[in-house]
Amino acid sequence: MKTFAYERVSNPAEAAMAIRNQPGAKFIAGGTNLLDLMKLEIETPAYLIDVQDTGLDRIEPTENGGLRIGALVSNTALASDIRIRRDYGVLTRAIVAGASGQLRNKATTGGNLLQRTRCPYFYDTNLPCNKRQPGSGCSAIGGYSRQLAVIGGSDNCIATYPGDMAIAFRLLDAQVETLNADGRSRTIPLADFHRLPGDTPEVETALGPDEFITAVILPPPLGGKHFYRKVRDRASYAFALVSVAAVIQDDGSGRVAFGGVAPKPWRVEAAESLLPEGAGAVTSRVFADASPQEDNAFKITLAERTLAAILRDARS
Amino acid sequence: MTTRSDDFQLTRRELMVSGATLATVFLLPEASAAAATAAKGATISRNLDTASRVSFSVNGKARDMVVDNRVTLLDALREGLQMTGTKKGCDHGQCGACTVIVNGERINSCLSLAVMHDGDAVTTIEGLGTPDALHPMQSAFIKHDGYQCGYCTPGQICSAVAVLGEIERGIPSHVQDDIAGTPSVTNIELRERMSGNICRCGAYSNIASAMTEVAGEPS
Repeated sequence: MKTFAYERVSNPAEAAMAIRNQPGAKFIAGGTNLLDLMKLEIETPAYLIDVQDTGLDRIEPTENGGLRIGALVSNTALASDIRIRRDYGVLTRAIVAGASGQLRNKATTGGNLLQRTRCPYFYDTNLPCNKRQPGSGCSAIGGYSRQLAVIGGSDNCIATYPGDMAIAFRLLDAQVETLNADGRSRTIPLADFHRLPGDTPEVETALGPDEFITAVILPPPLGGKHFYRKVRDRASYAFALVSVAAVIQDDGSGRVAFGGVAPKPWRVEAAESLLPEGAGAVTSRVFADASPQEDNAFKITLAERTLAAILRDARS
Repeated sequence: MTTRSDDFQLTRRELMVSGATLATVFLLPEASAAAATAAKGATISRNLDTASRVSFSVNGKARDMVVDNRVTLLDALREGLQMTGTKKGCDHGQCGACTVIVNGERINSCLSLAVMHDGDAVTTIEGLGTPDALHPMQSAFIKHDGYQCGYCTPGQICSAVAVLGEIERGIPSHVQDDIAGTPSVTNIELRERMSGNICRCGAYSNIASAMTEVAGEPS
């Protein structure tokens, strides 16, 4: 690991100021992804800003009947909150489908949104990777691609967004609230928060250089039945091959979002009106522009069958 | 209290002296670091650039150290405090051998910086029980043969103790049918909740039996 200086800030404004004042700095909250990458020298920050004391560890009701989740709320605390379990079951389901108990105790809401891909070529510093070293090439295209994206990738990168929590946030139309060093606050729809790789796969989010995530805001509850079904190579503690988040109403209408298939949480709103016609109709529309590799083409069929299982459960 | 790096000024010479000192000491309890620095003719700074002072308790005993910022909680325990009960397996949060309990919650000590634990209360396997007064979970692991080589066992036991607490507090799991309901101590629940602790000898069934007994459920 490269050496770095360390600072512990006590409020969000200080966090945003600190990152502006320190070139090469990164925020650290739970550290479960960043420290792993620092050990491998994939991440080499010269300065760490520890944000654990910023007081953003509460889940509060919003005026319109939603919830404001502080960026430092741990995955465990968020999944366990009775308001989440009762009214946003898909979110609890998604969180507890990810990582291990130990990791969920440390991982935070803001940090989890920023976790980086587990593409094996991103992790292997001996091989080219446009995300790790812009312009060096993509080893994944034509390489071992079982875990990688079937849609949303580019000629430069087919890495998948690895998380589960954000798939549920995307389904729920969550908004990411931020603060920058000028004291300006803004909200970014989760749909626009993660970027597609295009020609700049190293740029993964819409965050500015001095922008600090303060909260994730949930709209009022949707009702309906909540599902998060994750298919992976072992029964627990593995990343998704395909995951499907869904809220299905009694009349058969609903929402659906997919994980494990794209560089960001993947939801095509226009396909949701096809839910009453069955899973195949929906996934045909969702994956109409897919360009899978030989190793991962199975994900499209798997996505259809996983959604079919959810729709069957929703009817029972 | 952890010190901030932006409220001090070091001269170029002092910075080089402290840099040279750190390269040789890596991680030392504060007294030793001070002695090493004094021997080189410099005074110890509260705000070494790439090192920090940190205070936390381990198994109820207060500890005060100067650590290179890179030192993980795991290495601070093993190398700094010579408490080798906590094991290093993968060092990347994948195996669970390094599991300790911090402020009542189990974490991977390999994926956490020591400097981030200022003021925290850490419990390791050495703090759960002693050879003469075993923790009930330690006794149950012996009775149920919950290990073979034993390397993952400290992490398994710390995790197992915490898991029973998590179930008692109603923290939900992936295998729970009613996510808004109350979890119970079933074999499938224990297996799911222990999935962050890998046992290459494959003692999983016996670990689940040991946990079931400690939870007071019929096995």
